[in-house]
Amino acid sequence: MKKSIKKVSFTIDGKKCTAEEGMNLVEAAEQNGVFIPTLCHLKSVIPSGSCRLCTIKSNGRFMTACTSKVQEGIVVENDIDEITDFRKLILESLFVTGNHYCPSCEKSGKCTLQALSYSYRIMAPRFPFIFEEKEVDASSPKIYLERNRCILCKRCVRTIKNKDGKNYFAIEGRGYKAKIILDPDLAMEMTDEEALTAMNNCPVGCILKKEIGFEEPIGNRKYDNAQIGSELTIIND
Amino acid sequence: MSKPIIATTSLAGCFGCHMSILDIDDRILELIELVDFNKSPVTDIKKFTKPIDIGIIEGGCCNSENVHILKYFRDNCRILVSLGECAIMGGLPAMRNNIPIEECLKEAYLDGPSTYNPEGILPNDEELPILLNKVYPCHEVVKVDYFLPGCPPRADLIWDALLALATGQELKLEYSSFKYD
Repeated sequence: MKKSIKKVSFTIDGKKCTAEEGMNLVEAAEQNGVFIPTLCHLKSVIPSGSCRLCTIKSNGRFMTACTSKVQEGIVVENDIDEITDFRKLILESLFVTGNHYCPSCEKSGKCTLQALSYSYRIMAPRFPFIFEEKEVDASSPKIYLERNRCILCKRCVRTIKNKDGKNYFAIEGRGYKAKIILDPDLAMEMTDEEALTAMNNCPVGCILKKEIGFEEPIGNRKYDNAQIGSELTIIND
Repeated sequence: MSKPIIATTSLAGCFGCHMSILDIDDRILELIELVDFNKSPVTDIKKFTKPIDIGIIEGGCCNSENVHILKYFRDNCRILVSLGECAIMGGLPAMRNNIPIEECLKEAYLDGPSTYNPEGILPNDEELPILLNKVYPCHEVVKVDYFLPGCPPRADLIWDALLALATGQELKLEYSSFKYD
């Protein structure tokens, strides 16, 4: 039986919005020309709510927008100082817990973590740097795993599967010992397209396809001139 | 009112940030109308000759001399600015932070493929500054007031920041000149 799609109205920072009932808030906001930043969420992938960056206030409560469903009449707060500071705090903590050397990173200029930090104009993290030792895994024929840059968003775990539906990637360990790993046997069969998708889905420079890198010159890269989220044009309410 | 006085130095950096200061091009003529330069590699003045308003630090702290100079700047400058990725987060020199110093020295002076050192001497003169265990961002050693990111920071960012500091206006951070690479 096909259910009829019900439209609901809600507001984001006072702006009147409409979306299909049950849609997740990140995508509902996007449809209405409002950018809610995310690191772990990918469109049409089951949300994991792991990065907490899309935190908004829904009817006064903190919620992650990617795991919240839109409902009739909810009042969403997105672009407010309290949330901005919270998001900056998350980004800054990612910069100190990983080893993010933007000047030497292949993903620089195309990196979501970096682009969001540009948006929030983060000058320096408020926390001391940890400089934790992380291992680089270059054993796979198609990709590098640069764990210094991994933010454990699980995008690769959730999206990159082989033709039998088996996962190439997994998280090993828990808490501060958690790290991204690649199935060594499956990795031998990884196709170029899968490697490319894995690299493009990675919001940072952790998964890198071998034999390409620094392809676009500085000035032409995705976020060199256009701020992340700026492609969302504001629809008249 | 007398002109604000600027001093600059390069610690564990590559001088790229100083090059970027020079990249403000002909605006440097406007700058010298607004400010005076004191101790700086640009002027070759070695010691502060008067109290400084704005101290600009390029590079992080990788050895005892860097720490000494940084503290000397902090003691003598009203405002201290970290210029560039190395000053802000250690930058590329900080890539050694996960490698034991002994290994770094061996690679550089003994085992490197192009190294010629038949007596196997590691630099050990007492005049040489002592390496720190890690490369530290400047603000983890002294209080730093402002940060200008970039590798190097874009000349426009440096110009806007110097103008804001010299005239007391608010700095508008343009997206086009705000980069980490």
